[in-house]
Amino acid sequence: MSILEILFWFLTALALFGALMVVFSKNPVHSVLWLISVFFSISGHYILLNAQFLAIVNMIVYAGAIMVLFLFVIMLMNMNTESEPQKSKWLRIAASLSGGSLMLVLVAALKDTSGKVTGVFKVEGNIGLIKNLGQVLFTDYVLPFEISSVLFLSAMVGAVLLGKKETNSIIS
Amino acid sequence: MTILQIDFFYFLEKLLLIGGVITFSLVIAMYTTYAERKVAAVLQDRLGPNRAGPFGLLQPLADGLKLFFKEEIIPLTSNKLLFVIGPALAMITAMLTSAVIPWGSTVNMFGRNVSLQIADVNIGILYVFGVVSLGVYGIMIGGWSSNNKFSLIAAVRGASQIISYELAMGLSLIALLMMTGSLSLKTIVEQQMSGGWGGFLGWNVLYQPLGFLIFLICVFAECNRTPFDLPEAENELNFGYHQEYSSMKLGFYLFAEYINMFISSAIVSTLFFGGYDIPFVNETTLAHTLGGNVVALLGVAALLAKIVFFLFFFMWVRWTIPRFRYDQLMDLGWKKLIPLALANMLITAIVILWLNK
Repeated sequence: MSILEILFWFLTALALFGALMVVFSKNPVHSVLWLISVFFSISGHYILLNAQFLAIVNMIVYAGAIMVLFLFVIMLMNMNTESEPQKSKWLRIAASLSGGSLMLVLVAALKDTSGKVTGVFKVEGNIGLIKNLGQVLFTDYVLPFEISSVLFLSAMVGAVLLGKKETNSIIS
Repeated sequence: MTILQIDFFYFLEKLLLIGGVITFSLVIAMYTTYAERKVAAVLQDRLGPNRAGPFGLLQPLADGLKLFFKEEIIPLTSNKLLFVIGPALAMITAMLTSAVIPWGSTVNMFGRNVSLQIADVNIGILYVFGVVSLGVYGIMIGGWSSNNKFSLIAAVRGASQIISYELAMGLSLIALLMMTGSLSLKTIVEQQMSGGWGGFLGWNVLYQPLGFLIFLICVFAECNRTPFDLPEAENELNFGYHQEYSSMKLGFYLFAEYINMFISSAIVSTLFFGGYDIPFVNETTLAHTLGGNVVALLGVAALLAKIVFFLFFFMWVRWTIPRFRYDQLMDLGWKKLIPLALANMLITAIVILWLNK
């Protein structure tokens, strides 16, 4: 086993274990912290694929910003296992049905892939480096890129509008 | 010697370098606490610590021992595991940034060229931002796991301050990155060294004075230093997110702040003040007369001198300027620094386009 393979399997085990712990933790704060560990191991995978920019942006955006907001909300709501309402029986049955059918679809989709995957440990590509990524984004994909940035801008404006106090409508 | 396709000498070299940098940061941070008291004493016309050892030089050791021997209290209703992880996270994130800072050029030892930088990654600055954004977790976890309303409110206060100032910090650096065209800290330092007057005219602070000012203000906010030390405003609000902590866990939180100060000073010196560049001296001609190793060590000393100046600046500001109110802090961050940084970015872009035409 080369050092690359060892790192790959270690990160994979870490990611899967973290993802399982997100689901099985009783405490929602623990779930969020496990999710952060999943993001870390995914970033490690990006680095193995020589996509350092993606790795670090994944960490800044997901682990550094979005998960902090999750933590904010969960910590301030002060969720406890006692105060959590019990789910009804029908909801559980529906959940297991939909989960089982998702598993069937996944099995059907993945059963033919065993021969098709060749270079898992391929690291020669350097499309993930910041220079190449920028060039591709601003030449080939410039229109979708700009449209998505307008989408973000509108979401931002909407958030500011929602957060603003309505001064006259409540009084009148 | 290669087993498992690893160059073990390289591994050992990096391991020694990491150990050296961490020990060094810890010792510097230890003596920063001493220096802070001495500077405070000078500014307030007092003597400062002068009992433990000559000139009170053993005072940091005495303080450390005191913290270790104090009773350690973990509140009964706290989340025990996270209560312990909190201060550890604060320390780890404080130390992690030192990995990408170029402490000096290369030293020739035993026939090997040893670079005085732990990792020269091509996304150096983004790595710094990644670690800074993770620094919030130490505060949030510590504040929440104490199971105390005041700790939680202080943690939210601190976390929102850090997130707000990260934005202005990133925007102020984009203008700098437009000039350098590289994210690697080593490349940025080498570009500055190639300027006129032995490198002095290449320093980025001469071309990005506004960017430097915004970055410096944001660094103060990120390190929770006065005038932005609202997360731990002990005499107005309450002690802050580490209110329930005692003994060395409290010490870790306070110590992490000093390490953050040291590392931020190093980053400011690297980005804007030429890093390990010795001003008014051409390093390559000096290397012919004195030898490469001596010049490399002189470069480390130059970087250290810059860092010490900024550490002094941190203390100077702390004992001169009063604390901001919280709404003033948010106002400054969102309504003043971010538009200013955007304007700086626009002006830089226009000037670069105009010069390249």
